[in-house]
Amino acid sequence: MADEEKKEVTTTSEAPAPTPASPAAPSAPASPGPRPYGRGPGGPRGGRPGGPGGRPGGRGEGGPRKFFRRKKVCKFCVEKIDSINYKDVRLLGQFVAERGKIVPRRLTGVCTPHQRRLTAAIKQARNIALLPFAARY
Amino acid sequence: MPQQQRAYEVMFIVRPDLPEEETDRVISTVESNATTAGITVKNVERMGKRRLAYKVRKFQDGLYVLLTVEGPGSALAELERRLRVTEPVIKYISVRIDEEQKRLAKVKKIRDSKVRQRPQTAETAAGSEPAPATA
Repeated sequence: MADEEKKEVTTTSEAPAPTPASPAAPSAPASPGPRPYGRGPGGPRGGRPGGPGGRPGGRGEGGPRKFFRRKKVCKFCVEKIDSINYKDVRLLGQFVAERGKIVPRRLTGVCTPHQRRLTAAIKQARNIALLPFAARY
Repeated sequence: MPQQQRAYEVMFIVRPDLPEEETDRVISTVESNATTAGITVKNVERMGKRRLAYKVRKFQDGLYVLLTVEGPGSALAELERRLRVTEPVIKYISVRIDEEQKRLAKVKKIRDSKVRQRPQTAETAAGSEPAPATA
């Protein structure tokens, strides 16, 4: 815990771990959790209790410009779409990138249960050749 | 003790280069396979020829067919086994939908009962008739 807090504050220094050559020493943006821009309060990963809670995320490193997107809402919650079927390719295609990859929910603003169902539907659609596994040569 | 009847959706793709009566025959074969395995076919829907997202067995398009069926799980396993063996069927997927239907019905019921409480007069026409009044 202490390590992580210190990591947040100091941008360049190594973690004050006693081991000199620990592989986790460089605190460069190699942290596994995604920068919580946009969904600031919603995504404290790696046990940072309320770190970037109030502030626009992307602390320290000065992440990408638009770190404070206007609060994105879940499309399914707003439009009250109940069932996410593997058959409606048009709906699923909105959440799939150009190369066929599933877009992460921090970019689309989908809420977690819907993202889970969406992922399952996309994978089903891929299996029945309605969506590609990997597109674009 | 009869097994629990589950609702499934089976979608399969028939190869596109067969003449129409062949595809009809294939589809009816699949249906009869289902019936012999102990499954009731509720609905057969031909979704038409579509371009596949990737090449399947060297085909770039295929004829999609959707079956809505009901039956026990073991029967569905049997149907899948037969689909795998049927040569013109190049891909299939079976999805269980009875739990999903239950969930949708529940959500719909909650939503209907909520709608009825708020605008008491306006929505009487729009409110669904068959839904029971008890929440």
